[in-house]
Amino acid sequence: MLYREAGQFKSSYAADQAIFPIAQDRWAVWAFLAVAFLVVPFFVNDYWTNAILLPLLIYGMAALGLNILVGYCGQISLGTGGFMAVGAYASYKLMTSFPELNMIVVVLLSGGITAAVGVMFGLPSLRIKGFYLAVATLAAQFFLVWLFNKVGWFYNYSATGQINAPDRFLFGFQLTGASAQPWVKYLFCLTLLTVFALIAKNLVRGRIGRNWMAIRDMDIAAELIGVRPLMTKLSAFAVSSFYIGMAGSLLFAVYLGAVEVGESFGINVSFLVLFMVIIGGLGSIVGSFMGAAFLVLMPILLKNFMVDGLGLMPVTAKHVEILLMGLLIIFFLIVEPHGLARLWQITKEKLRMWPFPY
Amino acid sequence: MAIFIETVLSGLMAGVMYALVALGFVLIFKASGIFNFAQGVMCLFAALTFAGIMEKTSVPWPIAFVLTVAVMVGVAWAVERFVLRHLVNQEPIILFMATIGLAYVLEGVGDIIWGSDVKVINIGLPSGAVDVLLDNFDIYLDKLEVFAALIAAVLVGFLAVFFQKTRIGRALRAVADDHQAALSVGISLQTIWVIVWSVAGFVALVAGIMWGAKSGVQFSLSLIALKALPVLILGGFTSIPGAIVGGLIIGVGEKLAEIYVGPMVGGAIENWFAYMLALAFLLFRPQGLFGEKIIERV
Repeated sequence: MLYREAGQFKSSYAADQAIFPIAQDRWAVWAFLAVAFLVVPFFVNDYWTNAILLPLLIYGMAALGLNILVGYCGQISLGTGGFMAVGAYASYKLMTSFPELNMIVVVLLSGGITAAVGVMFGLPSLRIKGFYLAVATLAAQFFLVWLFNKVGWFYNYSATGQINAPDRFLFGFQLTGASAQPWVKYLFCLTLLTVFALIAKNLVRGRIGRNWMAIRDMDIAAELIGVRPLMTKLSAFAVSSFYIGMAGSLLFAVYLGAVEVGESFGINVSFLVLFMVIIGGLGSIVGSFMGAAFLVLMPILLKNFMVDGLGLMPVTAKHVEILLMGLLIIFFLIVEPHGLARLWQITKEKLRMWPFPY
Repeated sequence: MAIFIETVLSGLMAGVMYALVALGFVLIFKASGIFNFAQGVMCLFAALTFAGIMEKTSVPWPIAFVLTVAVMVGVAWAVERFVLRHLVNQEPIILFMATIGLAYVLEGVGDIIWGSDVKVINIGLPSGAVDVLLDNFDIYLDKLEVFAALIAAVLVGFLAVFFQKTRIGRALRAVADDHQAALSVGISLQTIWVIVWSVAGFVALVAGIMWGAKSGVQFSLSLIALKALPVLILGGFTSIPGAIVGGLIIGVGEKLAEIYVGPMVGGAIENWFAYMLALAFLLFRPQGLFGEKIIERV
């Protein structure tokens, strides 16, 4: 009843090509952003930012990056953890070598460095496809983790092999380090994510995104109609790694503060982000965020429910949690293989008809 | 020289162990085109069940073995009935993700039933060094690994006969070639899937017992699945001999690299060397050593 576009006429090409062509969608997005930017920062506390909001934003960014590669360009990658590690260690080296550098620049540069590494590991994609490529990207994962463990230069030869984020300020507010305010961290990540989600959305509906999708749907046919596979695949790897690198940088500098590479960027991180992308919906920007939200919130809810609600031992609860995660993943794949984004779309279509479906 | 031979031999034996795991992957991939990520966890689950049954009921090991095989057949049936049947005709990546979900489920179930502490499999498998080699040539070779190699050889022989000569084996190959054509000559896909997952479960059990006897039954067992991946792409996803040869190449390459290249770059390169080897290999032969040639049409 409320969600209906009757009477909304488009009178310019710009209106016709808007990201949200329906007015109600636009209002909802503005309202959502207004709440996220203007209301939430006043209410956040340590628990909320650390347990929920920051992981949500940061993994959302990583999932967005991986979705560009897997969902839009069709190249399966299991190297996400390794690329996030590149972002993290790049920002560590930048922060310690150039203390004057603005944090925004640090994060962007870390993304850039990761993009370069990503392109290098994306080269095999020109020869190999599908699961063969997935296994090949595992090489990146294991090699990078090993590299950051073994070569002392990357962690400034610290005795523990850990990297710790030094205190940095942005516009006079402390952003990293132990005494940083939660709302500063939150707003920093949120701003970056919003800007880059917008960029991603515009990338995928422009020429370059259409090239990616052509390659995804059938690479030989795409080649025949004049899409250059080399540029297209490598650009997808570059853009995707850029996002993933920024996510790694944020995860280290803003969220965790101290990182040990095998623990925070291991193979399970790669799988986690891939899950987010697939459960959220391949080839959908909003799906990446839904997938991230689902996989960040679900374990917390399950744990709270089982430990506090049912009084299970934490160890048993952990096992049941693994079991339930598996069941949920299978359940979602069976019910809707195209992910939460598709469910969202169906809901919206139903809503347009509601309450008179005929 | 003795070090070199010892390295090669232990590499070969480690390769056999990898090949045992890779075999399960190949079986399922051949028959259903599913890349079964849960194979490693199936090894863990089978070994856990085996060790758990022996521990709780103290029955002799052959009975425990038979019981575990029955459990694995049950798992295969459940997988077909509750997962695969609903995902027919989905894209490969969806099926792949479903098997990762399956891996979580099996891991959770195994932990809940049998607990997550390390279990020891002690069924009188030989262990210690092979004395003849140690005395005469000063080469250390574990009896258990030789035994595992023998078992693997028997298993592969058995599978080859099963695939080539029996009626079910032919049906399996027909399904692998073309699902629809197989359906149209009256082969039941669902039965075939249950059978092939059962056989893969059996292979997982054997691999799980071997690995479990070597290093104890614990969670890290499921990670050897990741080691089997480069073996697979080296040998080709669709080839049983490929899994064996790939396993041997990876095993030997890994051990040689660890000894001769490792010290130069700081060691512990076992973790990624296999992947790099496979990657370099793929650049020249994208379908693997024995894989079917990939023909692409518009």
